[in-house]
Amino acid sequence: MKGIDFTSTRFWGALILLTLCLYAFAAPILSSQDSATQDLSSILRLPDSTRWLGTDHFGRDMWVRLADALQLSLLMAALCVLTSALIGVTLGILAATGPAWADRVLDGMTTVILALPGLVLVLIFAAILPGSFWMLYVAISLVQWIEYFRVTRAITRQVARSPAVQSSRLMGFGALYLVRRHYWPAIAPQLTTIAAFGAANAILMMASLGFVYVGIQPPLAELGLMIVEHFPYYADAPWLLAQPLIALALLVLSCHLLAGRTAR
Amino acid sequence: MMLRDLLIKRLLQLLAVAWGVGTLTYILMRALPGDMAYRIAASRYGIDGVDSNAAAMVREELGLDQSGWSAYWQWLGDLMQWNLGNSLVSGLPVVDTLWHMLGHSLLLALTGMLIAALIAIPLGLASAYWGGWLNRLTLTLSTAMHALPVFVIGLLAVVLFALELAWLPVAGFGSAAHLVLPALTLALSLAAISNRVVHTEAQRVFSAPFFEFAQIKGLSPWQAFLRHGVRNISVPVVAFFGVQLITVIEGVVMIESLFSWPGIGHGLAHAIFARDIPLIQGAALTMGVLFVVLNTLVDLACHALDPRAGDPA
Repeated sequence: MKGIDFTSTRFWGALILLTLCLYAFAAPILSSQDSATQDLSSILRLPDSTRWLGTDHFGRDMWVRLADALQLSLLMAALCVLTSALIGVTLGILAATGPAWADRVLDGMTTVILALPGLVLVLIFAAILPGSFWMLYVAISLVQWIEYFRVTRAITRQVARSPAVQSSRLMGFGALYLVRRHYWPAIAPQLTTIAAFGAANAILMMASLGFVYVGIQPPLAELGLMIVEHFPYYADAPWLLAQPLIALALLVLSCHLLAGRTAR
Repeated sequence: MMLRDLLIKRLLQLLAVAWGVGTLTYILMRALPGDMAYRIAASRYGIDGVDSNAAAMVREELGLDQSGWSAYWQWLGDLMQWNLGNSLVSGLPVVDTLWHMLGHSLLLALTGMLIAALIAIPLGLASAYWGGWLNRLTLTLSTAMHALPVFVIGLLAVVLFALELAWLPVAGFGSAAHLVLPALTLALSLAAISNRVVHTEAQRVFSAPFFEFAQIKGLSPWQAFLRHGVRNISVPVVAFFGVQLITVIEGVVMIESLFSWPGIGHGLAHAIFARDIPLIQGAALTMGVLFVVLNTLVDLACHALDPRAGDPA
């Protein structure tokens, strides 16, 4: 690794993401307010010395609520990326090196899942258990592992045919060694890009569901839900609507920048 | 992959859509907490109008009194015969409602894609041809636009054009003015990425040896573009359109909900909110079928544009 390249998009993506993480996890500690207490005598307040980002339509503190919402989004993104990467990479290596029937079965599974647009699939899952964070997590991961699977499978197939792997096999090294020594180093560099886009997509999906009111339910703070909740107060408190909008846009932008290239 | 294999795969996907949606909505129905029949009857007749007779009627209609497996088979059998039942909320046949909504969704999607093409293609070509500040500007704008979820773009459009400037209606359906903001929102979110794809492909073709040779042998830049550029640029762009279909469908769901546009996406979100299971099933099914059919059309278009490729996917 050379020094940090301050002009690279990845650097800026990482910087924005780190700042958001820092805010999301440190903000509630710094403030004496909490995210659920309503104060109906001081609604739609402008930022002041105790309520650093003002209050919403129930008089709840926005500084803490926004941090809560960011935490939820970041947690969802992290969980979805980890789960789908783990499943996708494992099954990808299995499909590329395992028996032919495994490859066919997995190929069939991806064809079936890809037949429905991701958001529609997540919507139906969300309908089964309304307002459940874990159902959303399962549904989003179910859609996202395919991307890791396809890339891993393609790369592993290529590597498995290389002379290096052939001779490793002839020397009697086991499957675990092959994965650690040959497959993983070839796959790993590709994963950052997929993971960054996957994180952005997971955040977008959850916000989209919140926005059409079938995702996380009130009174929990969620970015998409906050946007719909604040929209009716646009005329009185435009800054209130702006807060979740800006947070969501920055979060997605940081992931896109971190991916290192403009989409696809 | 040969074209025939690809079509078989698409057909398989069509079956998968029907099975997947059918199974998920069946689970959805069984997973309703409490006595399902009571809950559904309550949403149909209002909470005061429910008695055990109404619940029994619903129970019989939906086969809720049968054992799990036989009800499941009946559910899938009905689906295969395109017998989607009646909406639990309005009582109207789901199929009629779907046809009505499909027209509106297609109108929105096609207008949006048309505007997207009108923005993305000239912008992509121009930024590839002239480069420089125009390229940097479109790159920055595209990146920023791409970071905005489609419903945020729509919301900003509403705030700007409907609330601040009061040029256009906020939401709803009726006149042509109602179509402008939803279609523009969809177009912007599509054009954000596709103008970069056009740009990359155009740049590739403009700097290719065959393109240079065409000009050396005496064609004007415009002639060279028409004879050697258009088709070579359009193959990957059309293929990319297949990738973007998912953005179109997901965009339609969000945009229709935002603008109360009476299409399938709005219908789906509403049905989920109201727990109207037959309508959820119908709407999800229609979107899935539409998705597979459009994908097939893109495959065929790629094949027609570039018959050399054995692998149109």
